[in-house]
Amino acid sequence: MSALLEVRGVTKHFPIGGMLSGRQVRAVEDANFSVGDSGAEIFTIIGESGSGKTTLARMILGLERPTSGEILFGGQPVTHPSRRERLAFMAKVQPVFQNPFEAFNPLKRVERYLAATARRFLGLRDRAAIDKAVDESLHKVGLSLAEVRGRFPHELSGGQLQRAAIARALIPGPSLLIADEPVSMVDASLRMAIVNLLRNLRDNFGVTVIYITHDLATAYYISDRLVIMQRGLIVEMGPARPILDDPVHPYSKLLKSSVLAVDAIGSDLAIDPQLLAAGNADAGSTAVPLQPGPDGRLVRAVAI
Amino acid sequence: MADILTVEALKAYYLMNMFGVQREVRAVDDITLSIGRNEVYGIAGESSSGKTSFIKVLAAAIRPPLRVIEGSATYHFKSGDIDVARATPQQIEEIRWKSLSYIMQGSMSVLNPLRKVGRIFEDFAARPLGLSGSAFRQRIVGHLERLKLSPHVLESYAHELSGGMRQRVTIGLATVCSPEFVIADEPTTALDVVVQKDVLGLIKSLQRDMGSSIIFVTHDMSVHANIADRVGIIYAGRLVEEAPTRALFTAPRHPYTAHLVASLPRIGDTRQRPTLEGRPPNLASPPSGCRFHPRCPLAIDKCRTDVPPLETIAPGRRTACWRWRDVEPLTGPVPVAEEIGA
Repeated sequence: MSALLEVRGVTKHFPIGGMLSGRQVRAVEDANFSVGDSGAEIFTIIGESGSGKTTLARMILGLERPTSGEILFGGQPVTHPSRRERLAFMAKVQPVFQNPFEAFNPLKRVERYLAATARRFLGLRDRAAIDKAVDESLHKVGLSLAEVRGRFPHELSGGQLQRAAIARALIPGPSLLIADEPVSMVDASLRMAIVNLLRNLRDNFGVTVIYITHDLATAYYISDRLVIMQRGLIVEMGPARPILDDPVHPYSKLLKSSVLAVDAIGSDLAIDPQLLAAGNADAGSTAVPLQPGPDGRLVRAVAI
Repeated sequence: MADILTVEALKAYYLMNMFGVQREVRAVDDITLSIGRNEVYGIAGESSSGKTSFIKVLAAAIRPPLRVIEGSATYHFKSGDIDVARATPQQIEEIRWKSLSYIMQGSMSVLNPLRKVGRIFEDFAARPLGLSGSAFRQRIVGHLERLKLSPHVLESYAHELSGGMRQRVTIGLATVCSPEFVIADEPTTALDVVVQKDVLGLIKSLQRDMGSSIIFVTHDMSVHANIADRVGIIYAGRLVEEAPTRALFTAPRHPYTAHLVASLPRIGDTRQRPTLEGRPPNLASPPSGCRFHPRCPLAIDKCRTDVPPLETIAPGRRTACWRWRDVEPLTGPVPVAEEIGA
């Protein structure tokens, strides 16, 4: 079985400064991985702001073209598609954005956005058929059309609205969801509702999810595999739990040590300065290859 | 321990009169609490629970339509007692920044983008400190050193600093006059994990050095676990539970707290986490009785009609629940059927 999504040697550079300055930011450098090789999974991309995780997601969605390298979805390149190919691709790969209050138009009723998606991707024209498609999809996220109908975005809680946003993404029956920080704007008490929902989508509906986050605790909770990115470079990737239990790369170690422990109440908040220096050191370059580890992980070696 | 802040039966409502229709939103409804000197008091609650309105009253930023209906919030500063709910603007001017200061959330929008950091320090702190020229500069540089910032930041604009440095500058502004009481409103929410831990450590060590009290507001329980001495949980405008941090996390006595603690994901633990169904109540028309009852797994008929009082159940522990004796820490695995509340 071939992989659902393959990212091959993808690099993205953004020019900065004036047109002639020639300076560039390397947002993503030589990313190689494949997602969904053996059935649905939750694939997590971890990184701080500026690590290139959102740029990577935008390239997978086809919103940004890689400087070099290629991205294949179901064996087909996602870059330079025709209009019809683009529409077919969008039906299979759907995004979920960070802030549901910004994703929905505050002046339009929530179901209108869902109905528009049903019309566009499913080609439905008949009112009853649209309602049925929308309702089915809302049921997958634990809502129903009756609850949502006639409501404006501000009348739903953040958690409900984010679930409605996921329901919207599910309407065309995608095989891949790209969720960019879907819980960072949601209250802590509602966060787990969203995270449990992503898990449920994988287990019961066979949807593969690319979960982008900086929160290691929820990543541990739901991911099957993950990559850790530092300044555009993948520094460690592989099975999620072994990596988070025992990170090898200094940056991964630093991230793990920064997670606030809930059980050690009143503990010392200081970060080991040695760890900080090692973790913040240059991520290295693509000249240093990723080395395979014993449990199937890949780690970029660092010059010591 | 002498208290620095006493809040008594505080009610602050938003009163609106739109086209002849009276509308009141009971954002802060009968909150009583006290905060000791040298204490970090955490306030937890979801958005629209009224925690920001409560903070507005404490910060003496009471502007219509928010109005204090009843009760008081009295600070016991060295310079004398002051009830911010009734103080005159002149009195508030006296204490602001010098005794009572505020660390704000969005460090990008707090700092004036057109002024260098040094200038911003002058704007805020020159008058309360009563210093000028080189004495002032020396004091600022000394303070920045404590924050692990080099004096060069004084010559920078806000956009030239990283997110963590900006947040440190904001903390520096709030603490440069060694205030007795600091209000910290989600100061670490927008920060990356590594920076977040660093900034929390900084706030904690500054607090120890200066002996200030801090009221620390965030919805992230893992932050409270690491910084607060005591935590108060606000739900729908009411204080529903208050306890020392360790007790709150190990033996919650309110079903809402129990849920908050149980839903925290931890590394090394993949057990299914429970999901709290329903939505926070609309404060313009809150449910009758206990405001948590529509979402509460323990609700009985009494909860639907009678408001549970905030009672002291042990020294230093208060809870507002009719069934607090039956609240169990939710730790065991939860059936998958509850996952999305199908």
